[in-house]
Amino acid sequence: MQAVYTNTVPVDAYRGAGRPEACYVIERIMETAAREMGVDPSELRAKNFVTSFPHQTPVIMAYDSGDFATNQKQAQKAADVAGFGARKAEALGRGKLRGLGYSNYIEACGIAPSAAVGSLGAGVGLWESAEVRVNPVGTIEILTGSHSHGQGHETTFAQIVAERFDLPTENIKIVHGDTDKVQFGMGTYGSRSGAVGMSAIVKAMDKVEAKVKKIAAHVLEAGEDDIVIEGGAVKVAGTDKQMLWHEVGLAAYTAHNIPDGMEPGLKETAFYDPTNFTFPAGCYICEVEVDPDTGVTEVVQFVASDDFGTIINPMIVEGQVHGGIAQGIGQAMLENVVYDDAGQQLSASYMDYTMPRADDLPNYSVHHASTTCPGNPLGMKGCGEAGAIGSPPAVINAITDAIGNNNLSMPATPAAVWTALQAVSSKLAAE
Amino acid sequence: MYETNFHKAATAQDAAALLAKTDDGKILAGGQTLIPTMKQRLAAPSDLIDLSQAVALRGVTITKRKKMGIMKADGGETITIGAMTTHAEVAGNTELAKVCPVISGLAANIGDPAVRHRGTIGGSVANNDPAADYPAALMALRATIHTDSREIKAEDYFQGMFATALADDEIITAVSFQAPALGGYGKFPNPASRYAMAGVFVAKSVEGDVRVAVTGAGDNGVYRHAGLEAALSADWSTAAIDAVEVSADGLMSDLHGTAAYRANLIKVMAKRALV
Ligand SMILES: Cc1cc2nc3c(=O)[nH]c(=O)nc-3n(C[C@H](O)[C@H](O)[C@H](O)COP(=O)(O)OP(=O)(O)OC[C@H]3O[C@@H](n4cnc5c(N)ncnc54)[C@H](O)[C@@H]3O)c2cc1C
Repeated sequence: MQAVYTNTVPVDAYRGAGRPEACYVIERIMETAAREMGVDPSELRAKNFVTSFPHQTPVIMAYDSGDFATNQKQAQKAADVAGFGARKAEALGRGKLRGLGYSNYIEACGIAPSAAVGSLGAGVGLWESAEVRVNPVGTIEILTGSHSHGQGHETTFAQIVAERFDLPTENIKIVHGDTDKVQFGMGTYGSRSGAVGMSAIVKAMDKVEAKVKKIAAHVLEAGEDDIVIEGGAVKVAGTDKQMLWHEVGLAAYTAHNIPDGMEPGLKETAFYDPTNFTFPAGCYICEVEVDPDTGVTEVVQFVASDDFGTIINPMIVEGQVHGGIAQGIGQAMLENVVYDDAGQQLSASYMDYTMPRADDLPNYSVHHASTTCPGNPLGMKGCGEAGAIGSPPAVINAITDAIGNNNLSMPATPAAVWTALQAVSSKLAAE
Repeated sequence: MYETNFHKAATAQDAAALLAKTDDGKILAGGQTLIPTMKQRLAAPSDLIDLSQAVALRGVTITKRKKMGIMKADGGETITIGAMTTHAEVAGNTELAKVCPVISGLAANIGDPAVRHRGTIGGSVANNDPAADYPAALMALRATIHTDSREIKAEDYFQGMFATALADDEIITAVSFQAPALGGYGKFPNPASRYAMAGVFVAKSVEGDVRVAVTGAGDNGVYRHAGLEAALSADWSTAAIDAVEVSADGLMSDLHGTAAYRANLIKVMAKRALV
């Protein structure tokens, strides 16, 4: 064994952690294979789609659901792939090289069954937990281990609670990030806050709902099965007998009139350990124009069609996709950590490290064709990393298509693209 | 940032007097370069002498050329820009845009709005960043740099990367030049900093003298390109530029591109400066 001392900075996982790399290799190989065999890259992919589920892969993952063909067709339609030839010709008239690239990503997230990660050597279990606390005045606090640092859990989590108990979202407070108050969580990453963290909330809500129904049935002298929760009230179906939601809360805490043997109070905790990973997938189509004089590449169109399972808040999901694609375009074309031979970092400030900026990015065209995830109660797959996973190969496939040279590494900076173009033009000149 | 003493000067003379009394004082113009450098502790002046109140150093004056009858070409107005004039003021001056639009366009593309509203032409010229835009313009326009003690020709003034003819205690008061008959600037922005990775300023004076100055690409700051000057003197056209062999010798290679790439950019930007 050889140990090497380095003064370069440590690296760590980044949005998508491992899946962008895997997806990049697979999708570049698919594109290259299609080009070499002279077949349409989308057809080669379509021929290889998995169509029956569950599908056990050789490497632990068992795909549970998906409709890859519908996502591809939807993306192709939105990208007007049929009109690409005409656009390419028009661009050439302006001296620009236009290219189109696909990426049909699939990823594993919603991590993960504790037993599965244990078998892979993890030292922890990857459950999540939640507490649903209905206060005596009827407001609800959700204590979650899934930390929110910009993903909008405060909105999405509150929405599922509001829908379940038919209450206004402003009555619901999401409490997170404070271990003085909440059960610790296993982390917000791997697009798991929805599929795992929200599933724990759903399980705790199941328990609250059962208790609410018991209390209401007792007070209203009805059968538990006849109790419905709607419009801020707990009702006996088909009658005018009801308790307002907060009256049930108060009844639980005063405990003057609850079923014999029932514990007072109205708060429930649940743990959720996933039964499987979730498998978001989609088809991304990127179109670029390259200025052959300088290598400057503009992403002129970017279409995403994703299968995220159940979508609770479309705007937040779209925001995640936008951010993910921006990050992916950054990785594909702009961002680069560079050291000189002595280990001196040359890209240590934003004067040299190119962060993606608004004018580097196109308007995105974001679509969905969802199949329900059978593995969790809400049918969710996760959307936090898909954009960053699926986009880099789509971008590079488009650029290499435009310049006619498949030998191009990320980041495809203007200098790198120009250099790759010189290689093909000098080869053409030699022939 | 290390501790520093802050002074305000109302005139260049006051600033010079204050500067003479300090240990290791520095003029503060827009602070766009100096302040970040101080924050990173790469500079630690004992004193800062702020010129922002020196109103006489601010503004653009345009003196019309005496009509000599025979000279038909446009241009020839004498343009003087005070050292404390911001890039935004240069870009937004409508009179200047009429007589020398190329300088307005250049200023409008420096940095971002915040940089343009603080950064000054005097600061830029004093700093002589090898990727800054103004040095190429002043070199190609045969400008004069005015200081509190003398006048310096641009060609003598710019002496390589961050190096100028300025003495330690010398203060730039203005720059002046003649509006060219023809002029253009092609800038290829560095993808990260958006300074020039190759900036080519082409100018033909009313007397017919052609100058081409290149910034961002040379390994020792702004320089004149003899090959492009000769080609454009003979024929002011992109075809003439096409025929020029731009060598990669003496050009910078860095993480953003090789010398060969920069040589290509010089040619492309020279052509784009023309159209
Ligand atoms: C994000 C960013 C992007 C930028 N992009 C560009 C770009 O695209 N192109 C470009 O050309 N520049 C660019 N710049 C630089 C910008 O133009 C600055 O304005 C300029 O470099 C310095 O001008 P200043 O007025 O801020 O000077 P300061 O930072 O105040 O001073 C700079 C130096 O000049 C000295 N000095 C200032 N005024 C005088 C004077 N009158 N006499 C003698 N010495 C003086 C100071 O002592 C100091 O050493 C950028 C800067 C930033 C921060």
